This record gives sequence, C-alpha cells and structure tokens, in this order.
Amino acid sequence: MTRESRDAVLGALRRATGRDSNAAAAAASVGDRLARHARNTIPARGQRDRRGRLDLFVEQAEAVDATVALVSGAADVPGAVADYLRGENLPTRLRMAPDPKLDAYPWDEAPLLDIEHGKGEASDTVAVTGAFAAIAETGTLMLVSGPETPTTLNFLPDAHIVVVRAADMVACYEDGWDRLRATGRMPRTVNFITGPSRSADIEQTLQLGAHGPRWLHIVLVGDGPGEVEGSDG
Amino acid sequence: MSADAPTSHRFPENARAALADETLQRSLASAKVGFRVRRSEAAARLPEFEILRDEARDIKNHVLAHLDLYLEAFETRVTERGGHVHWARDAAEARGAVLAICRAAGARTVTKGKSMISEEIGLNAFLEENGIEPVETDLGEYIIQLRHEAPSHIIAPAFHVPKAEVAATFRKHHTALDPARLLEQPRQLLEEARGVLRDRFLAADVGITGANFLIAETGATVIVTNEGNGDLTQTLPRVHIVVASLEKVVPTLEDASTILRVLARSATGQEFTSYTTFSTGPRRGEDLDGPHEFHVVLLDNGRSDLVGTELQDVLRCIRCGACMNHCPVFGVIGGHAYGWVYPGPIGAVLSPSLIGVEEAHHLPSASTFCGRCESVCPMRIPLPALMRHLREREFEKKIPPATQRWGLRIWAFLAKRPRLYRLATAVPLRLLGRLGRRSGRFRSLPMAGGWTSQRDLPAPQGPSFQSLWDRAGGRREKPV
Ligand code: SF4
Repeated sequence: MTRESRDAVLGALRRATGRDSNAAAAAASVGDRLARHARNTIPARGQRDRRGRLDLFVEQAEAVDATVALVSGAADVPGAVADYLRGENLPTRLRMAPDPKLDAYPWDEAPLLDIEHGKGEASDTVAVTGAFAAIAETGTLMLVSGPETPTTLNFLPDAHIVVVRAADMVACYEDGWDRLRATGRMPRTVNFITGPSRSADIEQTLQLGAHGPRWLHIVLVGDGPGEVEGSDG
Repeated sequence: MSADAPTSHRFPENARAALADETLQRSLASAKVGFRVRRSEAAARLPEFEILRDEARDIKNHVLAHLDLYLEAFETRVTERGGHVHWARDAAEARGAVLAICRAAGARTVTKGKSMISEEIGLNAFLEENGIEPVETDLGEYIIQLRHEAPSHIIAPAFHVPKAEVAATFRKHHTALDPARLLEQPRQLLEEARGVLRDRFLAADVGITGANFLIAETGATVIVTNEGNGDLTQTLPRVHIVVASLEKVVPTLEDASTILRVLARSATGQEFTSYTTFSTGPRRGEDLDGPHEFHVVLLDNGRSDLVGTELQDVLRCIRCGACMNHCPVFGVIGGHAYGWVYPGPIGAVLSPSLIGVEEAHHLPSASTFCGRCESVCPMRIPLPALMRHLREREFEKKIPPATQRWGLRIWAFLAKRPRLYRLATAVPLRLLGRLGRRSGRFRSLPMAGGWTSQRDLPAPQGPSFQSLWDRAGGRREKPV
C-alpha cells in the first residue's frame, strides 16, 4: 500500500511542480541547498562576542525562570551543585549522566552528594547533566543523546541541573549546528531546552513544571577567575 | 463534536450558540487579549522580526516548488538512519499505517503528544475502535479528551474550559484519588494531571507525536512543546511514531532555525519554546534510552492538490495560531463554531480544501476582511485573498449562496445586544495597561477588530505594568 501511495503522492507533486520540464535544474538546486546549508539572517543579538554572549545567555535564561550560578572554574562545580540543592531544599541524592565531561569535576569534594550514574528513572528527583553547547540568543541549552548523555535525564526528574562550560557558549542556533556537524555524527535526539517545563493550558495561567522538570538550574563554568564572574573583560 | 464528523455546514447555528454562551465569552475575552499583547511585545523585542518573516516565507515557497525532491531527500535520510517512512494519500491510509505499527508492537496503550494531524485523521476514535487506548498528554488535549471535545484552538486546545469545569472533569475520571482533595487552583489541577499522566508515560507501548518540521538535510523530525510531554511521549516507549503532513519539510537545520525564530514569538510571544526537539531515527546501538523503532507517517490528504494552485500559499502555515488570536470573528465565537479541526482564518482557508467546499462553504465568509490575520501571519499567508478566492470558487460551483458575510452578520448581531457586546469586547483589567503602554493611548482596541470607533482611550496609569501583570493577574505561579 505504501509503495503505491508513495508513487501517487510523488507523482501528483511532480505534475504540480512541472518537474518533467526542469528535472535536472531542480535537482541541482535542491542538492546544492542541502549541501551548503547556508545561513539566513542571524539577529544581531545572535552575533555577540564572548563576553556579550555570556551576559545575554544569563539574561535570557533567567527571563524564562531558569536559575544560573556562575563559577570561575571546575573546582567550584560540586560546591555550586550542593549549594543549589540546599538552597532549594532538594534531596542530595542525584542521578548523573555517565558523561566523561562531568568526571572532570572534583565531586569528592562535596561528600554530602549521593551520586548514582545512569539514565533517568521514574523515581529520580534530581538529575545532573552536561550540555553539548549553550546558545546565548535565547538562553537555550543544547543537549544531544548518546551512551554518555541519556535523554531521559532531561525530562523525568523534578530538578534538572546542567553544568555547562563557558567555552561551550555559542552565539546562535546556527553556531550550535556547525559544532554538531563538526563531530561527524548525528545523534538520535537533539534537545534545545529553554527554561523549565511550563503550561498555560488552564485558564491561560502560566505554571512551571507541567510534565518535565519544575526547576532548571544552570551552572556556568568559566576557565578561570574573572571570566564569568567579573564585570570587566 | 469529533474530528470525523465535521459540523462546518452548520456554521451559522454554531456561531449563534457560541455568542450566547457566556462562559465561552469570558474565556475568549481573556485569552485573546493575552495572546495579542504577548505577540506584539515579542515582535517588538526583535528588530529583525520582519526580515525573518520574509525569509520564512521564501523558504517555504522554495520548498513547495520542490516538494517532491525534498520529501525524497527526507525519506532517504530517515531510512539511512534506521527509520521507516510510510506514505499515506488520505486519512484512512494514515490511520491504517499507525494501527499496523501499533499491532506489530503488540500495543495496548499509546501516549500522544499534541498533533493537529492526529486530529485531522481522527486517530483517537479509530485506535479505540481497534482496542488500543490513546492517551493525550498535552495538558489541554488531555482535558478535552476526557471531556470528549474537540480542540477549540490550535495551540490552546482547552482555553474554553474554566478551571471549575476542569476540576469536575478530573473528579469524574480520577476516581482512585481522594474525593476530599482540593482542586481549586490551576496549580492543583496541573499537579494532579502530572501525577496521573506520569504513570501513563511509563506504561505506554508506543508514543505518537506530530512534527512542526521535517528536515530534509538530516531526516530529523522536530517537535516544539512547553510542557515536555512530547519528549516523554517519544523517549520512553519502545516505538515512536511521527504523524506529519507533506508540507512540514524544510531543507536544512538553518532553515528550521529561521522559522523557529518567528514561530514561538507569533504563537505565545515567547522568545523560544521551552523544548524544541530534533529526532533522527531510533536509538543508536549504545544508547541507554530512546525508542527502538522510529516511524514517520507522511500524510497528503488533499495537500498535493493545492500545490501549484492559487491556494498553494496556505501550505506555508506553521500552525502558530496568530491568525485566530487576532481575528475579530474567532474572538467572539471561538474555535468549535467552525465545526472542524482547524478554526479561525487558517481553518477558513484550509478546511474547504481538506473536507470539501460543500461541507465548509460558510467558512470563507466567516471573516470581516479586516486583514489583521495576514498582518500577523509569520509566514505572510494572504489569508483574506485566499478566502475571497474560495468564495469565487463556490460561486462557480453553484454552491448555495455564500452571499452571507457571516463575519459582518456576527458583528451586526452583537451590536444590537449591548450586554453581549460588552462581554465579547471586554479587555481584562490586568491587560489594559500593557496594551496602551507604548503611547499611553489606545488607537483602537484590538479585540474589537476593525469595529471599535476610532476615538482614543487613555491607557490606565499607575503601578508598573509588570506589577499589574503579576499582581492583578496573579498569573505567574511558581512551584512551591
Ligand atoms: S495561517 Fe499564519 S498565522 Fe495562521 S496559524 Fe498558519 S502560520 Fe500562523
């Protein structure tokens, strides 16, 4: 059935677009567009420099109810996670992505954290993941699926803590796509996450935590003192 | 009303009933103003917004001129990555394809992300008839599924249901929960739905989502949600089925990014929707989660007939809902009166093409031709011109007089009924300040379309508009 339907639909489209008379030129134009993936207009706010990107990212993420902690280096990450959980009165038991990027942080220095690694489970309250990139334009996190970065961690827990390096901050979505192409692999899932889950379906009243996380906390890690914390630079 | 039994031919009766429905009038008054204010603020915050609209239009025009080639490219990529594409000429073929996949998976329950295509093909009723339980997981869709209603808006399907009625519906269906529980606040209702649906997500055998875009370059399908329900739907079960119509395809990730920049701003006035998800094939070998099977059901259902015709522009639609949010007719009759899945100006143009001019012949006349829909459509679809074109076609087909301009008649009807008129054009106090904030004066009240007099009204002064929003509206509740 599907073969016959396929032929019928494509046949109708070929007739409607006059394909027979222009087949070679049309195929070339489509092939070229797909291969070049040219950029369209990038808004000015999606073209800021390194410092401008960090400021914009924080502003945009906070505007959509994410919280952001700025830390100057890898050594401060475990403490920042522990502080956040304490401040929000959340449990210290957490599920962490089995991501080598996260192993670079000295978790032993926050002994109160009870860390298990793996994919998201229904019983998880807190998840900690990294991010493939952060996109300044709209305060968006870009996460990709993979053996070390399971997607369920992004949606099942009540609180999602994302540790992202300032070095992974890009200006616009297109920069994120170029980075992904450079890895040479297309994952099953790419998630653009902008703030915690929300719904306005009941009387147009905006509420956080519809089906996904109620809290989205972003730990933004600089390469050294001054990068994300100072006001200069 | 259900998706398989359109009542568009009864549009005049439907509209009259809607006008007399005070509950509906209150919901409409509140919803439409909020949508309009948020969209105009979002557009104003992005200086490049108009350029992006031009580019979005051009992208889709290019796609429609090469639709066969982009669909073939998309299919090739999906297949390379281990997915399956199923072509469907009409609703019956699409339903059949979904059922066959569900049967092969031995499915008893399926969770569903919000999908207008699923509504268009009447999928839920069909699955039920075949012994498979579909569970809508978008909060609004879930509410109307329990109430056996159709969506009344393409992005706010339950905006017509007041919270007290949501509570009554939940009490009726969630019988395992404590009858003495409190269900007064939206937060309580949301928490209850979150808890009930979480179990359904975990138990489902198949997850069905729609797609906002299909990407020819990579074979990805894209969903855009605020709740995260679509992601749980497509990540947890063993099988993920995407139902999508042909014209959703775009060439590249860059092209999708451009259109995404106008989508959320036009729909909800957000800079970006909370979750935008690109899915390509089933889980990879070493992945810890994700579906084992990935299917895309590609639906034509009359669309290929529009390619290359005067109506082709309607296929640029990205279902943002802006046209209905700004339509003076939708604004006083709501979505159900249109009698089928797609209400408002987009429905007035699309429905006659999909369910036939005979059934939908009133709809192209359900307009005041004020032009506001076209002026806000992110894809610059000339909706009034397309409605005019359809009216001419009706005339040629000698379908009973479409000489009734229902849009005008509705407003004439309202004008004679001051109480109803006030209800239908009321602006909730909490929003008045935001409307006038730029100039301090209203030039016209947008909710009354071209129908308010030209005199200026002063905008309320006083506390900051943000605090008006927060306090008077009390509309930003955080989880406790
Ligand atoms: S016709 Fe335009 S405004 Fe209406 S839903 Fe489609 S894209 Fe949005």
